[in-house]
Amino acid sequence: MTTAPEFTLCEQLIVAASEAWRANGELVATGIGPAPRLAAGLAKLTHTPELMMTDGEAYLVEDPVPLGPRGYDDRKAAGYLPFSRFFDAAVWSGKRHAMVTPSQIDRFGQTNISYLGGTYDQPKVQMLGARGFPGNSICHINSMFIPAHSKRVFVEGEVDMVSSVGYNPARRTPGVNFSRVDLRLIVTDLCVMDFGGKDKAVRVVMLHPGVTFDQVQDATGFALEAADEIKTTPAPTPEQLAIIARLDPHNIRAGVLKDNPAGKRS
Amino acid sequence: MNKQLTIEQFVASLKSGMTIGIAGWGPRRKPMALVRAILRSDLTDLTIVAYGGPDVGMLCAAGKVKKVVFGFVSMDAIPLEPWFRKAREAGGLDILELDEGMLQWGLKAAAFRLPFLPTHVGLGTDVMTHGGFKTVQSPYADGEVLLAMPALKLDAALIHVQRADRLGNIQALGPDTYYDEWFARAADRTFVSAEEVVDRMDHSYPEDARFNIVERCFVHAVVEAPFGAHPTSMPPAYGWDMKQLKAYAASAREEAGWDAYAADIIGADEAGYLDRVGGKDAVAALPLPIF
Repeated sequence: MTTAPEFTLCEQLIVAASEAWRANGELVATGIGPAPRLAAGLAKLTHTPELMMTDGEAYLVEDPVPLGPRGYDDRKAAGYLPFSRFFDAAVWSGKRHAMVTPSQIDRFGQTNISYLGGTYDQPKVQMLGARGFPGNSICHINSMFIPAHSKRVFVEGEVDMVSSVGYNPARRTPGVNFSRVDLRLIVTDLCVMDFGGKDKAVRVVMLHPGVTFDQVQDATGFALEAADEIKTTPAPTPEQLAIIARLDPHNIRAGVLKDNPAGKRS
Repeated sequence: MNKQLTIEQFVASLKSGMTIGIAGWGPRRKPMALVRAILRSDLTDLTIVAYGGPDVGMLCAAGKVKKVVFGFVSMDAIPLEPWFRKAREAGGLDILELDEGMLQWGLKAAAFRLPFLPTHVGLGTDVMTHGGFKTVQSPYADGEVLLAMPALKLDAALIHVQRADRLGNIQALGPDTYYDEWFARAADRTFVSAEEVVDRMDHSYPEDARFNIVERCFVHAVVEAPFGAHPTSMPPAYGWDMKQLKAYAASAREEAGWDAYAADIIGADEAGYLDRVGGKDAVAALPLPIF
């Protein structure tokens, strides 16, 4: 496997994020936002072709739909999965793995996209609302993509409003079946983490070239565990870069990370 | 049987304090002509149940709303609905924040005339905490504890479609029908606005009967409202009007911005509204959004 000489950090993260869906089988891969969406497309076009994917509107497609402006009818529909079937056929049935970018994440993997500060009745900053996060998190696999790893995202205590279920023992209502809660990867601009630590603790498994564990810890509001062997995030191959470029002809990925840094830190 | 009403008759049949479900999804196929009729009325203290877009934001901006029961309020390309956001951050708005799937479950409970339907969804989150939901235990061997999603019974549901007939048969031609049929079934009375109203669907469009999204016994009135989804999208006929949605969003940053928007754009009637947003031809030519 040859690696490409020139690539951006965002492209490296897209490749790392695409690993989240490896060997998932026949389920809907949803990447919310440009980088997760490219990662899902890359996963389908390389290691896990049986993944299902939508055009973002109502149809299932076998060729991932490129980002940005294009002809309205360019997508070729292979199946049908409108919003009106989504809870029945993807979310509540567990046939989905979504990668999302929450505003806050805590040590338990609980996330928040509802509001920041203040109270439920009068939030300081109203955000998206819980949207589908409660259902996603208790019904199917989830991963996360965080473009700017910081203590504001990886918060010290619990998140301001728990929008998605994590592994917090204090919120394990007796008698409830939480067995489908399945958090996989967190890909950030510094590292790749999973939930493989003690009692599902967040654990660093890969560091991007030039990043240290201490740097990641300093940017995180809670104590991180380290995998027995922390790997270096691999560089993209020319083949992977070509697929990413084809799925993103307008280079929308260049705007995902601040100043679009190169993959090799100087 | 003739269920056709004028838009004036429609709005006159609503009352302050009602619980009104608004179909469509964010900035997609919202019954905006009916919403504008409410904006122009004296109605107040409404409880709105929706996958919200500018419908919810405008009603909040106009002071029509006591409570919002929502899966989300968003205009998609403008992710945070500015007037809803403003209303919520000001406090005083009664809120029931739901998971998107819980909302359809509540409508289904109401449709089936059940007090609640069980689900896992919401458990372990603050949607449960803040929503005051109760749990039930499965009476079977598993003994599982589940959230009891209460029925979301609606006094009225508002829906916009391409075609209706005077009997209440309706056809929605776009690739998605969202959860519109469940709003209709959950409501005591469903008001449908349509781009076109014909005498009888079997005489005019029998070949499109499969686009009938809900049986006519759940449709209580039809209102003719050409371009009635504008500025939201009406696939396959016209897309959303991002220029108008941006102008509306910008009004939230202006002093007395809503009053100006209501006077300059919403205005006194639908015919004038279409002229003010560029005319029928311009709306008909709005391209469909690409995702």
